[in-house]
Amino acid sequence: MDTTIAAISTNSIGVGAINIVRVSGPEAVEIVSKIFTNKKFKNAESHTIHYGFIKDGDNVIDEVLVMLMRAPKTYTKEDVVEINCHGGNITANKILELLYVNGAVPAEPGEFTKRAFLNGRINLLEAESIEDLLEAKNENARKMAINGVSGKTTKLIQDLREKMVSLLANIEVNIDYPEYIDELQITKENITPVLTEIKNELQKIVEESENSKKIKNGINIAIIGRPNVGKSSLLNALLEEDKAIVTDISGTTRDIVEGTIEYKGIDLNFIDTAGIRDTEDTVEKIGVEKSKKILEQADITILVLNNNEKLTKDDKKLLEKIEKQKAIIFINKVDLDSKIEDLETSKKILYGSTKTNRGLDDLKEEILKSFSLEDMSYKDLSFLFNTRQISLAKQALKSINHVMEENQKDIPVDMLAIDIKDAWENLGKIIGEAYEEELVDNIFKRFCLGK
Amino acid sequence: MKYEVIVVGGGHAGIEASHIAAFKGHKTLLITMNKKNIGDMPCNPSIGGTAKGIIVREIDALGGIMGRIADISHFQIKMLNNSKGPAVRSLRAQADKITYPQNMQKELENTPNLSILEGTVEDLIVEKNSVKGVVLADGTKIESSMVILTTGTYLKANILIGSESTPSGPHGEPRSNHLSDNLKKYGFTIQRLKTGTPQRIKASSIDFSKMQPEYGDNTYWTFSFDNPPAYKINEQQKCFLIYTNENTHKVILDNLDKSAMYGGFVTGVGPRYCPSIEDKLVRFKDKERHQLFLEPESLYYDEWYLQGFSTSMPRDIQERMVHSLSGLENAVISKYAYAIEYDAIDPLQITPSLESKIIRNLFTAGQINGTSGYEEAAGQGLIAGINASLKLEKKEPLILKRNDAYIGVLIDDLVTKGTAEPYRMLTSRAEFRLILRHDNADLRLREYAHQVGSITERQYQNYQNRLQKIQEGEKYLQETKLKITPEIKEIFEENQKEIPNITDSLYNLLKRPEITMEFLEKILEIPIDNQTKEELEIQIKYEGYIKKTYKEVEKMKKLEEKMIPKDIDYQKVKNLASEARQKLEKVRPISVGQAARISGVNPSDIAILSVYLKKEYSKDE
Repeated sequence: MDTTIAAISTNSIGVGAINIVRVSGPEAVEIVSKIFTNKKFKNAESHTIHYGFIKDGDNVIDEVLVMLMRAPKTYTKEDVVEINCHGGNITANKILELLYVNGAVPAEPGEFTKRAFLNGRINLLEAESIEDLLEAKNENARKMAINGVSGKTTKLIQDLREKMVSLLANIEVNIDYPEYIDELQITKENITPVLTEIKNELQKIVEESENSKKIKNGINIAIIGRPNVGKSSLLNALLEEDKAIVTDISGTTRDIVEGTIEYKGIDLNFIDTAGIRDTEDTVEKIGVEKSKKILEQADITILVLNNNEKLTKDDKKLLEKIEKQKAIIFINKVDLDSKIEDLETSKKILYGSTKTNRGLDDLKEEILKSFSLEDMSYKDLSFLFNTRQISLAKQALKSINHVMEENQKDIPVDMLAIDIKDAWENLGKIIGEAYEEELVDNIFKRFCLGK
Repeated sequence: MKYEVIVVGGGHAGIEASHIAAFKGHKTLLITMNKKNIGDMPCNPSIGGTAKGIIVREIDALGGIMGRIADISHFQIKMLNNSKGPAVRSLRAQADKITYPQNMQKELENTPNLSILEGTVEDLIVEKNSVKGVVLADGTKIESSMVILTTGTYLKANILIGSESTPSGPHGEPRSNHLSDNLKKYGFTIQRLKTGTPQRIKASSIDFSKMQPEYGDNTYWTFSFDNPPAYKINEQQKCFLIYTNENTHKVILDNLDKSAMYGGFVTGVGPRYCPSIEDKLVRFKDKERHQLFLEPESLYYDEWYLQGFSTSMPRDIQERMVHSLSGLENAVISKYAYAIEYDAIDPLQITPSLESKIIRNLFTAGQINGTSGYEEAAGQGLIAGINASLKLEKKEPLILKRNDAYIGVLIDDLVTKGTAEPYRMLTSRAEFRLILRHDNADLRLREYAHQVGSITERQYQNYQNRLQKIQEGEKYLQETKLKITPEIKEIFEENQKEIPNITDSLYNLLKRPEITMEFLEKILEIPIDNQTKEELEIQIKYEGYIKKTYKEVEKMKKLEEKMIPKDIDYQKVKNLASEARQKLEKVRPISVGQAARISGVNPSDIAILSVYLKKEYSKDE
């Protein structure tokens, strides 16, 4: 098996304590070592456990235990790495995404088992059932190719590929028919605007897709604020149940409390955090750290402030912190006297009360608005939903960015063509339209050549 | 009289096939209709070109003769695509249409074990699906263990000029009337293909002063890895560039109904890369002009080849078309453009070793397999010759992979995808073109050639010497550091290049995009010969890209190494999609890798096939 595959191997629905992300294949160790902080891991002995952090650049995603199992004594007989991370959808998915970005590909249903068989790990009897699985997959694969991506997205990607192939065909004609000097000669200068256009459109597709993924997977919303401004009350009011413990003693919510509601067809996943403040209490400190992490991973943040009090130092710190991210400010307790001063912020401010349920609908509406999802009935639910498609689009974007960098360094056009072709092929995989002779066909369709 | 190998046809495929079989010590007979036409170039007067030039280098690396004969038979040579990057550089030579065939004929006459016979093969001797020899038009039977068909465009050929169709091979030579019918009888699928060639113009009637000259390179080049250049740079001949104009277009468009193509007189499928001029006008209406090239055919007669003006118009219209061109107002056409239709087999019926799937010990190469071009033909001829020989020697065939050579890409494409039009090699067809370069053909192939015994000891030694020079050169570049004196600093500044660290080796400096070997040589003398320098510069400068390509190759190789048993019954493979099953049965791929390249066979089918193979055929584990 040539590729390295990855998938979440635990059932990640609900709030399990631990999730396992499994990676198998020749580059399993290499890929994990790119995102894992423990430097001993890469060259460690087989069947060992390693502690450390998963990082996306400088950003810590999770504190994890990583099991290293080198071939051949593993389930698939390949190198296998299992990352034990904390429970909940967000973390495991984020880790998975990082693995894809670093070279792993999504595992297909039954693929770990299929590999186990092909590599001689499991026997004939077990194999029969895999064949059935493959059969089912075969049918699904065909349906997927038709239904997987909506018409509108297909069109967008087709248009983009059209631009790429016209550029590629031009490059190929310059190469295969150099004597045809009448044809446009691709140069460092004239390639730049085309590449920029392609890059911008691709970027838009990736961004919109990430947004659209939220339609399917829901929006992760962190509720933050210093202790006792009514975060848990807000969550309860939104969920209309008593999931979070609501008391008047500061620092009560020390664990993370999650809850999901459906609003206009979209899941809103609210996550209530421990109050964020400087504290000496050890247990509370852990809660505060966790909250900060959730804040970094959430799609959007609601900062809750108390209408009835003046802004504290902690409030001001939080206001500053959310400036750089997607956030809404909710000023709670408007049923009480207003003592809060005017805010200096670029963020949208909403007023309401968790006691009277005032302003809650406005809040939900505002959340959708910030992802341009407010008018669902008119919205085409297009774009790329699954992680595989998005990761293909991201790879394409990465290739185009690389071409642009290399072009600035005067790298010859035959090298540039390699990455443009990569991007073009990856987009082709999304819509399942690529065929081998496509480029050659395009050369002769677009250019007039011959003896 | 019994031979070990009979080769039918003396074109570029037949030459390589018969030469290599004889070289490998097998008693070989080349049968041709006319000895004087061996090595003839009936179309363009050039050898090489993009991708094709690399094929010629590969032929040379593998022990073929096209490269070294072209080296002594041309009057202009240039490196194409110098500025477009190392992966796509390729040589093209204007070969002399008199001396090239003459030198070829001399070479074959001096090849031990090789006899040449004039005759027309019209049938095969076949027993129990195995070829035993050939039957000539006069009924003579000649026995042979192996037969290689390289019949070019001669099978039931028709020459078309306007609406006029004449049964004839190129140059008015006789055609083969029955061989393709007989092949059909044995079970071959016969398809009709078409190609064309433009006008030849009398040099004395051309006004060259109105045309733009095109020169050969000022650097010496050879196709061959073993011989020095045999020409003088300043004795190279010019070619010329001209354009069609409004009048040309008017003449053509006004007379479209008279062309064989548009008048509906042609049944064969013509190649897209070789459209007639009327095709170009119809398909690309907005183009104001089309480029044409005038190339001399030989130093020994005064005809020029008008590249780009291929047409199926009748003679009188051709006259008017040619006279509308600037500089050709008074041109005398010595040969009119014509199209030629001929029979070819479906290449899906041959294996990657070029042996037929229908008749054992029968090989085919060149245009009969659906390709176009001298170089494509020669490459296949060489492989067919090597593999027929290896079969006689009871050895495994030489099958070049897509990452080994353009010849590998060519054959794999043919036997995996088939072709509906004459197949021409393009660099775009090679997904690993970065490693299939002009400069490294010997590094890629001489080891194979040595193993199958298709090169001389001297040729193998040349390759080993080169390997050693490259290793030494690399070591030198790694160990030599540039001393940053004030003068050197100045040179860097003058050329607006970043000043290097004192610890930088030449090797590391070359990795920088803006630092070339040429630039370094301004600063210090590098004791490495030019050829080695070129090789090293490419390997160092594009290391990242090359590595990436090798990674892709590795992925492909794993599937390529999973062989499919010859006796596999696809009916027994459950759950294959029916289209995939049909295609697999037709192509009968030798490996899972080849199966994956068949159009209509999806990844899920490949997964099912892999599981089946594992289950049925693997006894261990």
